[in-house]
Amino acid sequence: METKDLVIKTEKNRKRLIEVVYKAKAGHIGGDLSCLNVLTALYAKQMNVSPALKDNPQRDRFILSKGHCVEALYVVLEDAGFLKSEVLDTLGQFGSILAGHPTVEVDGIEVNSGALGHGLGIGVGIAIAAKMNKESWKTYVLMGDGEQGEGSIYEAAMAAHQYKLDNLVAIIDRNHLQISGNTEDVMGIDNIHDRWTAFGWDVVSMNGDDMQSILDTFAGIDFTNGKPHLIVSETTKGKGVSFMENVASWHHGVPSEEQYQQAIKEINDHIAALEKNV
Amino acid sequence: MKACRKSFTETLLELAKKDDQIVAVTTDARGSVTLGDFAKELPKQFVECGIAEQNAVGISAGLAHSGKKTFVCGPACFYVARSLEQVKVDVAYSKNPVKILGVSGGVAYGALGATHHSLHDIAALRCFPGMNICLPCDARQTVKLVKFLVGFPKPCYVRVGRAAVPDVYENDDFEFEIGKAVTLLEGNDLTIIGAGETVYHALEAGKLLSAKGIKARVLDMSWIKPCDEEAVKKAAAETGRIITVEEHSKFGGLGAMVCEIISENPVPVRIIGIPDENVVHGTNKEIFHYYGMDAEGIVKAAESFLK
Repeated sequence: METKDLVIKTEKNRKRLIEVVYKAKAGHIGGDLSCLNVLTALYAKQMNVSPALKDNPQRDRFILSKGHCVEALYVVLEDAGFLKSEVLDTLGQFGSILAGHPTVEVDGIEVNSGALGHGLGIGVGIAIAAKMNKESWKTYVLMGDGEQGEGSIYEAAMAAHQYKLDNLVAIIDRNHLQISGNTEDVMGIDNIHDRWTAFGWDVVSMNGDDMQSILDTFAGIDFTNGKPHLIVSETTKGKGVSFMENVASWHHGVPSEEQYQQAIKEINDHIAALEKNV
Repeated sequence: MKACRKSFTETLLELAKKDDQIVAVTTDARGSVTLGDFAKELPKQFVECGIAEQNAVGISAGLAHSGKKTFVCGPACFYVARSLEQVKVDVAYSKNPVKILGVSGGVAYGALGATHHSLHDIAALRCFPGMNICLPCDARQTVKLVKFLVGFPKPCYVRVGRAAVPDVYENDDFEFEIGKAVTLLEGNDLTIIGAGETVYHALEAGKLLSAKGIKARVLDMSWIKPCDEEAVKKAAAETGRIITVEEHSKFGGLGAMVCEIISENPVPVRIIGIPDENVVHGTNKEIFHYYGMDAEGIVKAAESFLK
């Protein structure tokens, strides 16, 4: 798939995300929007996953460690054919199979998450299993930057290095905001590269707001270098909706009807411009 | 007489030699768990996590998710406290069939003190949907348990002690079925229920009471979850009084569970276990005696209960 097609796909996912959160009257929309590019690129391009492969041992694995951004994953799973639209439309309703955090009840979701700091450890276990079996599937774990406060992450980081897990890719959605405000004011991680390099990881940065940067970074991963990979994905919280960008209160804000209409218009205009240029 | 942890790991090694999908995970505890031989003989099926219980449980969830028959083994006190959230979310809630072996459980570490005791594990883990819990009572039962768990597609927590324990089962000719209690002594004057190491003391107490003309029914309730509710209800209906003996806080453990089961048709229940206090410092034998959890204490409790 061409980069431009992926950008358009992401914008359509973005529109659906706004719609889903608006209808459900709940969601972590700011972080959903900042990681949507990466999720779309993973499911539409980078990973060997599809509904037909959901039980295939050779599939790649994805863990949304920042589980509160499940709405973004739901729309990407819908786009990838894992989740039926009529099911996604039940989000927020009593008895829906869709929780506000990932669960294995949903096809395409590998593990339940939502308690922060768990995903990387599970990913390490999956990656060790692949090494034990001499199999080539890859494991991807998406974490938040606020999540970096959880100590269990660093236990997993040590183990990934110890077991030379070059089949493991961790991505930090570095949007610089967490629920209480700027990450550097809450608990700073500004030397994130040095930290993870010191843990023995192969660390790179990318512009997670830019599809080409994401694709180039994924293409550049050396899965044979004996080191686990960390991608610091520099993003914008609330990306793609002007009034939500870089505003901490949109961490789990729900748009009013007026805000919803404005967001949809902005995204529609963006899609129209993109399609015009194709 | 043999330590259950040793029976567990010896059996696991024997099975793992024939099945390369069996994996043992630990946290710098290969000595205390008795996994040293496993690590030496099957290094490719052994995952050392260092002193990091949260990560060990997370890694185990990932291994089990990928089809490995995963046994994560270490001191019970750390696995049901520090890594409790990983047990809840990564194992139970995510339905990853990890087997957690908690060794030196209860007060087995004796005078090492409360940091090393695990007296809340039944109470905590019973509340996790999908979690199974077994406290085997002796070496032979532990062997049967390991053989069962290798093919069991669900999570399970197993708690064993540290020291060698006397045999409750004197040969291999006994039934061991998930969720089933075993009647070790028949009787209708009262029922004594034990789990794990207290089963032996309950049985000895039953024999001493029998010599005094009191016919106690003794139940081995090693399977805490699923639990044999019918056996408890039957005991209540047929014997009218129940004593529970547990190496656990009196809150939320075996005794509380028995009371829940018979709450609609109640009979008097006396719960023997650890009261709500910091445990007295001593060997596990001394601690059992101090809190009336050994045969002598159980006999005293039974006699006063029947007065």
